Amino acid sequence: MSARKIAKGIYALWYREFKVFLRERSRIISSIFLPLLWFVIFGEGIGTIANVGADYNAFIFPGFLAMTIIFSSLFNGAYLVWDRKIDFLKEVLVAPLSRTTTFVGKALGGVTDAMLQACILLVVGIAIGMPFTFFNVPLVLVMLIALAIGLVSLGLIIGSFMESPEGFGLVSSFAVYPLFLLSGALYPLDKLPAWMKVVTHLDPATYAVDGLRSVTIHASSLPFVTDLVIVLAFDVVLIAVGTWAFNRMKL
Amino acid sequence: METISVRKLTKRYGKLLAVDGISLDIRKGEIFGLLGPNGAGKSTTLLMLSTLLAPTSGSATVNGHDIRTEPAAVRDSIGMVFQDPSSDELLTAYENLKLHALMYDVPLREIDRRIDDALGLVDLRGRKNDQVKKYSGGMRRRMEIARGLLHEPAVLFLDEPTIGLDPQTRKHIWEYIRGLASRREMTIILTTHYMEEADQLCDRVAIIDGGRIVALGAPAELKAGIKGDLVTLTGKALKLSGVQKLPFVQAVERNGGKACIHVTDAAKNLPRLLRVAGAVDSVEVHSPDFDDVFLRYTGKAIRDGDADATEYMRTMARAKK
Ligand SMILES: Nc1ncnc2c1ncn2[C@@H]1O[C@H](COP(=O)(O)OP(=O)(O)OP(=O)(O)O)[C@@H](O)[C@H]1O
Ligand SMILES: [Mg+2]
Repeated sequence: MSARKIAKGIYALWYREFKVFLRERSRIISSIFLPLLWFVIFGEGIGTIANVGADYNAFIFPGFLAMTIIFSSLFNGAYLVWDRKIDFLKEVLVAPLSRTTTFVGKALGGVTDAMLQACILLVVGIAIGMPFTFFNVPLVLVMLIALAIGLVSLGLIIGSFMESPEGFGLVSSFAVYPLFLLSGALYPLDKLPAWMKVVTHLDPATYAVDGLRSVTIHASSLPFVTDLVIVLAFDVVLIAVGTWAFNRMKL
Repeated sequence: METISVRKLTKRYGKLLAVDGISLDIRKGEIFGLLGPNGAGKSTTLLMLSTLLAPTSGSATVNGHDIRTEPAAVRDSIGMVFQDPSSDELLTAYENLKLHALMYDVPLREIDRRIDDALGLVDLRGRKNDQVKKYSGGMRRRMEIARGLLHEPAVLFLDEPTIGLDPQTRKHIWEYIRGLASRREMTIILTTHYMEEADQLCDRVAIIDGGRIVALGAPAELKAGIKGDLVTLTGKALKLSGVQKLPFVQAVERNGGKACIHVTDAAKNLPRLLRVAGAVDSVEVHSPDFDDVFLRYTGKAIRDGDADATEYMRTMARAKK
């Protein structure tokens, strides 16, 4: 298969995901307001009792950026289940594209969706005076993209096994909430019991949140680059599993 | 060299033999019809030939490529129009077709022109930028046919292409399909419920029932295979066992209070037939048409009315999904 064909195939799938995304306004709006809602509730409510040694709002804002990525990336797998249900998947699978190409195209579409949502939240953050600067924003974006790649892959992996959107919702919520709540997005992880700390180390979002804090509020347990490398390592594994899952996927 | 060659192709779903060892050869440029009642295995056959479904046993080649060992090469040379809608409702017709053209590596410069031509063919050019969810069922069908033609494949599979279309559009599509086969030497396999479609559009037809091919040939040959005339009797107490023994009776098919009797020379033998048939309410004599061919080989009648009824039920089932 020529490089041109692969590139066109990837572009085709990306084009479709992107068009659909733009037409689903309700999803875009809720995915931006949900983190903001949490931010306000946590910032005002918990912020008064939490003691994190820094401005609590600045502490949790990176957590809500990660939250946007976690929720919208995983949710992308639901589109795959939906495609199967409306038989659109047949049209894609009968096309002369390899399954790996199909996976990459869908994943890129998902990463684009997630990043657009995160960017809107980031703009809101800048507007309300969160500690983003000309220098740390590129690093924040890189980290968010790295996180999105892995989690979009995870969503597609789950989606490739699921027959019904309901089933997907159930299974993906078992991934979404632990990924979010154990990532340290809302509270520092150092006071957790030892066994729970072990679990947090298996969560790629933990490193992403840590990396985001290292460049925004300069409080982190690992250097930014180390965090990034670990998230990318998760990506490699999840992409490998994702292409495998697509190659075995039946109609 | 045959464009499509099928050998003992079989698909089993648990205990059910959906396709039961069918063998076929289809020539380049031929319009080949698979005609059969609901559940005959038509769609299953097309799904296997297009590599979306793995056969339980048997083999087939499409354009010289084995469907099991070279699925990518097979998919490279085929187009498929599925029985059920398979487009994205949130996208416009233009976007659905563009997506298709990109996936099939249509040259970028040509994409817009081809989309325009294809949509013009099915009278949808004016609705090009409407989302597909705003289309009627027939419009959506037409859009999907246009989509299947866009990349000008060597082999085109059409699963019940004209289902749900009005007669005028149906004839329009037939003409175009004929043009593709003759001008471009495209090989076309279609499935259908419509006798008329099988009779008038297809070069050859395989009648398929219970996963097996029960008859295969040009429509004219199949019709000629039924010699003599057909007598249809209705009555509550027909005595068919006596009828069966008459020397000029070839076959008797019973269908509730109706019996279809194949006879030689009805004009001469009808009085003798009526003498042994018991109490008859009505008699009808006609020469065989394609409906009779179908009835003869499958023991089932699908008049167009029946086809519309199943179609309706299917649409309902789909709406529930
Ligand atoms: N995924 C499946 N699982 C189990 N059985 C199936 C499946 N798909 C089809 N079948 C069965 O296989 C048989 C053949 O189905 P198929 O869809 O090929 O029929 P068809 O000839 O296309 O009928 P129709 O005219 O209704 O479209 C049917 O009895 C059907 O119930
Ligand atoms: Mg079918």
